[in-house]
Amino acid sequence: MKELSNSPASTRALKPETLGRADGIIAQYPQKRSATMPLLHLIQEDRGHITQEDMKWVAEKVEVTPMQVLEVVTFYPMFRQNPIGRRHVRVCRTLSCALRGSYSLMESLEKSLNCPRGETSPDGDFTLEFVECIADCGCGPVVHVDHAMHENVTPASADAFAAKLKATLQDPSYGQNPPVPGTPEWNG
Amino acid sequence: MPAVERPLIYANLRQPGYTVDLDCYLKHGGYDALKKAVALKPEEVCKEVELSGLRGRGGAGFPTGMKWKFLDRKSGKPIYLVVNADESEPGTYKDRQIIYKDPHQMLEGIAITAWAIQAKQAFIYIRGEFIHGAKILERAIAEAKAKGFLGNNILGSGYSCEVVIHRGGGCYVCGEETGLIESLEGKRGYPRIKPPYFPAVLGLYNCPTIVNNAETMAQVKHVLAFGGAEFAKIGIPGDSGTHIWCVSGLVKRPGLYEIEAGKATFGELLNDLCGGPLDGRKFKAIIPGGSSTKILKVGERFKGKLANGTEFDWAMEDIPLDSNSIAACGTGLGTGGTIVLDDSVEMIQALSNLNAFYAHETCGQCTPCREGSLWLSRISKRITTGGGLETDVPLLLDIANQVAGRTICAHGEAVAWPVQSAVPKFKDEYLESIRKRQQGEAVSTLKLI
Repeated sequence: MKELSNSPASTRALKPETLGRADGIIAQYPQKRSATMPLLHLIQEDRGHITQEDMKWVAEKVEVTPMQVLEVVTFYPMFRQNPIGRRHVRVCRTLSCALRGSYSLMESLEKSLNCPRGETSPDGDFTLEFVECIADCGCGPVVHVDHAMHENVTPASADAFAAKLKATLQDPSYGQNPPVPGTPEWNG
Repeated sequence: MPAVERPLIYANLRQPGYTVDLDCYLKHGGYDALKKAVALKPEEVCKEVELSGLRGRGGAGFPTGMKWKFLDRKSGKPIYLVVNADESEPGTYKDRQIIYKDPHQMLEGIAITAWAIQAKQAFIYIRGEFIHGAKILERAIAEAKAKGFLGNNILGSGYSCEVVIHRGGGCYVCGEETGLIESLEGKRGYPRIKPPYFPAVLGLYNCPTIVNNAETMAQVKHVLAFGGAEFAKIGIPGDSGTHIWCVSGLVKRPGLYEIEAGKATFGELLNDLCGGPLDGRKFKAIIPGGSSTKILKVGERFKGKLANGTEFDWAMEDIPLDSNSIAACGTGLGTGGTIVLDDSVEMIQALSNLNAFYAHETCGQCTPCREGSLWLSRISKRITTGGGLETDVPLLLDIANQVAGRTICAHGEAVAWPVQSAVPKFKDEYLESIRKRQQGEAVSTLKLI
């Protein structure tokens, strides 16, 4: 597991409170290994992605090899090994949303966010991706942005939606307020 | 008579002002069914569920009471309850409503089920993208524990059950019960082979485990509230309770419609409740129960004999909304995720969209599924980009036929069924798409792939 020991020096350390929650999570399970995914989610929510050092740490915590953690990281689409943009924009492309125009929506967003699908914009503001069904099919097209689920984002409303996303970059309270029922933050 | 809804699961959460708080749930009779359950012996609760005729709501429609009977109670190992809230079948979004709007209803069903099967530990496997949903459930569990509905000594009965929320990682195959169990054990979600890994005998940590769908848990609460025999009167014999129809796609009012089993038809659902096709359009086909169920074409006739001997001759619109009738038409009720396609859709694009989904989601464990799904996706995609050959149409079918039935889990069938059902029904249109694209003629402007 030599390759698991070199993570980029620039990656910031995890917060002490993140590290402090690990033992409580592990204790919820009859077998430690079950805590692998919850610990990976915890790390990713703190820093945005998972490094090789993190995988080593998880492996020690749940008493498996780093390779067994890497297997999990690479198997599940939600886990990332690379940093992403300041806003993570995931457009559903599966049939129900596609029928409502998600491909056309994606083309508009690529232009207005200056970001090709599957990539991060040059200024680092947006990562734009197509994802598979995220279980909100009656309100398609749906777009999951960070922790919020935006419904009925039609191709016609794409530019207004992109403008709204850009405005959040200037909003210091973004993601800080407790979600209210019926809002994208609640449904996320 | 126009179709009417009968909200049972959604009765409370649709009311204005209804919240996820325990106090609100208690004002609506919350946890009364649990009180009834713990006053009964566990085997009596199982009997009620068996009497109710409740079938699981995760897609396969297996009778819940019978599933519980398979549980190995003599092994001496702990028994686990795992609730499948992965909701990953495209077209399905019913459990999301319960989790985000009425979490206690599901928790009450979990407490009842745990008592019935004597599980001291329950896990809710919730899809990873339901980030806030997981928090809502965690808060609801804490509330329920504080009031003695979960946790230690439930309602003074001396019985205890802990419930833990476990978030998935965005993987479709973890909705398959054995893949889910592997995932819960902290591994890749590779489904296990049956035999020997029937969860009721060798499930989580190789212990006896019951895996039930999230909505099934909510239904169990109502089984106890009504009593098994009374619950069985809702719906029709062989399919009791309500079904939540998740309608999406090209219809005027997509949305969730909760209908007593067998008490309406597809035509009534789509025309009365959903308002019919979009203006100027006509329905062309529906995928009735989630993306992996077989497609039904508007205009085809479905003829045959039901299990009770009744002969039928239906158009798509006439098919009653119960699992037996829908199965008799060669498809399945599945999860009730009805995807509606109209005459603006180029069918090869719709198929290609689904093929891409299954190719993305195959776990890679079994060769026919791993390779077959990718081949199907590439071949259908090449038709949509103008490189299709006439021989591609039978080739799609040939590949699908080599995947179904040759894999560890039902993902193989999920890969094959859309192709196996759509190719015979839309073959001529596919050939037309190939020709049009070769000759540079205009095709549908609705891009699906």
